[in-house]
Amino acid sequence: MTTAAPLLDVAGLTIQFPTGTPVIDFGFAVAEGETVAVVGESGSGKSLTALAIMRLLPRSAKIAAGRIRFAGRDLLALPEPEMRRVRGREIAMIFQEPMTSLNPVLTVGRQIAEVLRLHEGLSAEAARTRSIELLDLVRVADPHRRVDDYPHRLSGGMRQRVMIAMAVACRPHLLIADEPTTALDVTIQAQVLDLLDRLRRDLGMALVLITHDLGIVGQWADRVVVMYAGRRAEEAEAGILLDDPLHPYTRGLLAASPRLDTSLHYTAGPLREIPGSIASAIAQPGCPFVPRCPLALPSCRLKPPPLEEVRPGRFVACPVTTAGERADAVAVGR
Amino acid sequence: MPLLSVADLHTHFPTPQGTLRAVDGVSLTVAKGESVGLVGESGCGKSTLGKTVLRLVPPTSGEIVFAGEDIARLPAESLKPYRRRAQMIFQDPFGSLNPRHTIESILTAPLYVHGIGDRAERQKRVAAIIERVGLPLSALSRYPHEFSGGQRQRIGIARALILGPDLVICDEPVSALDLSIQAQILNLLVEMKREFNLSYLFISHDLSVIRYFADRVLVMYLGRIVESGTGADLWARPLHPYTRALIQAIPDPSRRRQAAPLGGDIASPQDLPRGCRFHPRCPIATAVCAERDPALETHAPGHQTACHHAGQLTRPPEA
Amino acid sequence: MAIVELAPEAPVVAPAVGTWRALRAFLRNPAAVIATLFLLLVTLIAIAAPLIYPEDPLSMVARPFLWPGQNPKFPLGSDSLGRDVAAGLVWGARISLVIGIAAMALGVTIGIVVGATAGYFGGRIDDALVRLIEIFQTTPSFLMLVVLVAIAEPRVESITVAIALVTWPTIARLVRAEFRSLREKDFVTAARGLGYGHARIIFIEILPNALPPIIVTSSVIVASAILMESALSFMGLGDPNRISWGSMIGAGREMLRTAWYLTLIPGIAIVLTVLALNLIGDALNDALNPRLSAER
Repeated sequence: MTTAAPLLDVAGLTIQFPTGTPVIDFGFAVAEGETVAVVGESGSGKSLTALAIMRLLPRSAKIAAGRIRFAGRDLLALPEPEMRRVRGREIAMIFQEPMTSLNPVLTVGRQIAEVLRLHEGLSAEAARTRSIELLDLVRVADPHRRVDDYPHRLSGGMRQRVMIAMAVACRPHLLIADEPTTALDVTIQAQVLDLLDRLRRDLGMALVLITHDLGIVGQWADRVVVMYAGRRAEEAEAGILLDDPLHPYTRGLLAASPRLDTSLHYTAGPLREIPGSIASAIAQPGCPFVPRCPLALPSCRLKPPPLEEVRPGRFVACPVTTAGERADAVAVGR
Repeated sequence: MPLLSVADLHTHFPTPQGTLRAVDGVSLTVAKGESVGLVGESGCGKSTLGKTVLRLVPPTSGEIVFAGEDIARLPAESLKPYRRRAQMIFQDPFGSLNPRHTIESILTAPLYVHGIGDRAERQKRVAAIIERVGLPLSALSRYPHEFSGGQRQRIGIARALILGPDLVICDEPVSALDLSIQAQILNLLVEMKREFNLSYLFISHDLSVIRYFADRVLVMYLGRIVESGTGADLWARPLHPYTRALIQAIPDPSRRRQAAPLGGDIASPQDLPRGCRFHPRCPIATAVCAERDPALETHAPGHQTACHHAGQLTRPPEA
Repeated sequence: MAIVELAPEAPVVAPAVGTWRALRAFLRNPAAVIATLFLLLVTLIAIAAPLIYPEDPLSMVARPFLWPGQNPKFPLGSDSLGRDVAAGLVWGARISLVIGIAAMALGVTIGIVVGATAGYFGGRIDDALVRLIEIFQTTPSFLMLVVLVAIAEPRVESITVAIALVTWPTIARLVRAEFRSLREKDFVTAARGLGYGHARIIFIEILPNALPPIIVTSSVIVASAILMESALSFMGLGDPNRISWGSMIGAGREMLRTAWYLTLIPGIAIVLTVLALNLIGDALNDALNPRLSAER
């Protein structure tokens, strides 16, 4: 728990589309220098939340409620020109697909320099020198040569490094990484996550890691927010969440994941699975996880469960499991 | 005799930048009822290997012996009986189903093409398989875009199984799916294997999925098999430094903020390194590795690797 | 195994590809609806021509140079030989539409066969067919048309074939490009893996996915075929036994200063018909391209 005001504070965020409400009353906070992971499957609303923070939501989307405070300012109230200065300079973002995020007809040096000239007003020459330094910082081998390469000459991992170089060019306070390694191979994924963590420490950034991979969360995040169908299901310190998940969805995800339990083999029995799909959350008046939940009570179907802080910094939106948790706490006299 | 036996298979493609050696001398066997895992990173040739075994890509040289017959040399017109016995499940549940056809016509067409049953019989089979993969009969009259990724993958499985094959090549069947759906599909594949006594060649980049699913594991790097053994052997005592790196690269909470196990990028298959293909990235490479290409050799019963220094790598990766 | 309910993955908006969705999108476009209604009217008139004007439109039935409205029996007047302009217009619609549609159908068929073969098989077959397409495309098409019609006898059939011969390369190129990208899709690989024959893969698996751009281009080809026929007739290379809008303009050309209505009336007919076909083509393009219409 942080005592000082957090760097980023998202609260009660609700994003509406004409076709539905993919993010409902969602919130989380990020302290300076912290790594917070937002975990969810596709359709959970985690990427939309990131776009909302950057104020880059598609036109048809509307922020119906909530606030986003960053370094003491209300981002939702900022006029667009001021928001443009925040973007890239104070909050930067990298995406899953490094292939399409880079302009294919410009050299990588030009693209990094562009950011520097726009935000820092550097001369062409200074921007180029700085681009080479940045490529070196993100551990691109032979940066003097690479700076003049076009994106198609680079591997996927290399391109993601270039994207990271552009993102950290102006030393942002917060870097949002939306599935930064999903398109990459395992060994390259480890390199990129390692790099992000180093940069976080060296540049004093906070990092929001949006991912579907609980393994990544355990290895790299300080705190985890589990998102399901646009709502916060659970939030805790990474280690605690993985050791003792409270929400049935988090428990299901951990059990269904073959990677975290190496003793599993198909001859020994089936994997635990979460039945159904996230689509079943649509139009649920109660808890969105009810149709897939093994513990659901009739009361779960009536209204969405409130998010309760069962212990400091430990939030769970499940009255069924938290009832047990509270009883435990009483029993051991906590 | 194994069901499938591939020997010294090469698949090369001519490109403007030179010959692309996607598969470069691979030998493997799949026994009846066995589940063989093939793991490797993108560009290592695992997908091309799978497609070559099914003759969806023409082999450059080598043998593909299936049930005693060399498929590699059959003319394209004579492949139809083989197609009935060897099938594929694809990675992309969106691209692998024709968006213009209903599920019913997607599943009926293979039976029709192979002249199986009459109209009523075909309908019966289609209904049986769609229910078996966990979809309601009402799915038949719908189009692929009306289904979620996991449901489409079920349809892809139904299509692969409708002809009653012996061998199914699964090309990254769960990597496009959400974690909560992956387990459903893996469990379904296991049930299908038991029920129809299938043999699988299971291709994935994800060692943990392979670990769960395979009886025997092959590790592929730049067109070659670099290590092969039972899952348990491989996990406990990886002999090849690449296998070791793959295992360590799996994100694991017990290794908080640990440095990446392997630097560098995978080399281009158009421009292969001299000597051992892995040596530019290898943490234990020596002079000999840049000179000589190591052969796949047996180091323990059922455990082979292609590494000059395999013996020096006895430390388990978790230590 | 639990039966999973059939709900589409929620907030991920999957663009529907159904025919109904395309039809609804098409009907939301007012220009397209008006164009379609106009074209239907022209088609009806063309079909009903023998009922409206049973007599040969080439026969001289009136005093020459009757202006439109001068004689209620001949609402659009008569030409220099005393032929009824209204009858000519109605019968001309017949020729324009017949040649336009037949030439399009023939050209599209040739184009699909050549383009699909080249795109699907690739390699040497593709190289050879691409050369053939290029030969046709680099020859000035109208010149080739004139030569073809001059060699054959100028009759409706030969004109149709000649127009088809100069229009098929457009379709062939389009179909080839579509097939080249579609043949790499997993569902085509799956079809090959299931042992489907080439014909089945080309016509049942791939072609339905390549149809939207072909349909769009086809409507524009009908328009250009009508223009080509008119131009041929204008130059006196049309079928001398049939009246067409082009030949009416050709005949009225010399009286442009004195009896300009002889040029204007069939000219308007051509312009409106071609415009309608192009509007329909545009609307089809929007309706059949889910990516564009999804942006709303």
